[in-house]
Amino acid sequence: MAQTVPVGQKWWSGGRSPFNVEYGKLMMWYFLMSDAFTFGAFLISYGTIRFSSSSWPNPNEVFKSFPFIGEMSVPLAFVSLMTFILIMSSVTMVMAVGAGQAQDRKAVMKWMFLTILGGLAFLGCQAWEWTHLHSEGAWWGRNPFMNIDGTQSTTNFTNFFFTITGFHGFHVFSGVIINTIMLIKTWRGDFQRTGHYLMIEKAGLYWHFVDLVWVFVFTCFYLL
Amino acid sequence: MSSASPTSADFGKDKSSFDSKAVWRTFWILLCITVFELIVAIVYYETHFFPKHILNGVFIIMTLAKAFFIVAEFMHLGHEIKNLIMTIAIPACLFIWFLIAFMWDGSSFHDLRMRYDKYQYEQSKTKVKPVEHKEEGKKPGVE
Repeated sequence: MAQTVPVGQKWWSGGRSPFNVEYGKLMMWYFLMSDAFTFGAFLISYGTIRFSSSSWPNPNEVFKSFPFIGEMSVPLAFVSLMTFILIMSSVTMVMAVGAGQAQDRKAVMKWMFLTILGGLAFLGCQAWEWTHLHSEGAWWGRNPFMNIDGTQSTTNFTNFFFTITGFHGFHVFSGVIINTIMLIKTWRGDFQRTGHYLMIEKAGLYWHFVDLVWVFVFTCFYLL
Repeated sequence: MSSASPTSADFGKDKSSFDSKAVWRTFWILLCITVFELIVAIVYYETHFFPKHILNGVFIIMTLAKAFFIVAEFMHLGHEIKNLIMTIAIPACLFIWFLIAFMWDGSSFHDLRMRYDKYQYEQSKTKVKPVEHKEEGKKPGVE
């Protein structure tokens, strides 16, 4: 899997990047590490509160609605659609990175456009989900859902849900903005002039990180 | 800076490493794991065939597997050199300690509450009447 390093190569004696990646890309990795700890802190505080509560609302009861089908109960269907959209947009992002390595400007534009579309679709889904929960009476400080064992629930559930999915949604939003800027720069031929598409790779790392966080948010709020 | 210093352009022309087959394989793995998780979650909801805490363990292992595939393949970390992989992987191991410490704390809060906080204890035993959630109900914030 990992790149093989030639025997006797002196990585740390100067003149080359000891990690064999560009400086900006390495710094993007370290930024994502710090962001991972921010999300980690949110999710761990959620876990701590959940462990300290005697019961918790049932996600299959809370997240059972789907647009345009009325009151029919389809547990977790909508959130699976959102997960699928995000994984799919991660795939199109990798394709954009691959096209960039092949210096294919047209293909980069096509894949970036599809990635942005995926991001917007995800944000649209989240907007619907929030609106729907709000119409049921859920918001910060208000929790209409009772616990799974039939006892009175606290507002911890909605507070954590809206804060953490909101923080993730904000990351998706800023990812869409970054990707749009990259699409415009590709269209103007900026990367053709500098001779490489490394900016696409760095934007791609951020975008995959957003997908990675969603994997954990999905498990913590909808499955556990 | 010597003329041997690497420039950005040196890293941007690596065409050999991109493998679209591996990308699609990763996509199918992620999709299959997610669909499997959903099926298990819905079957559990309908039948309660399995203790929930064992199921949670399964979900967490599945999640970590998905995280591995995203980081290793989509983010390409699996194909970088070992030093770089380690500067990411070793700090991430701190999460193991965070999780154990904080979950332990959480369940300790719970035990103390149930033992010393009479109100909390009674609340945890009192059933409430189920409420109907109507789409056109009174919205919070709208008086």
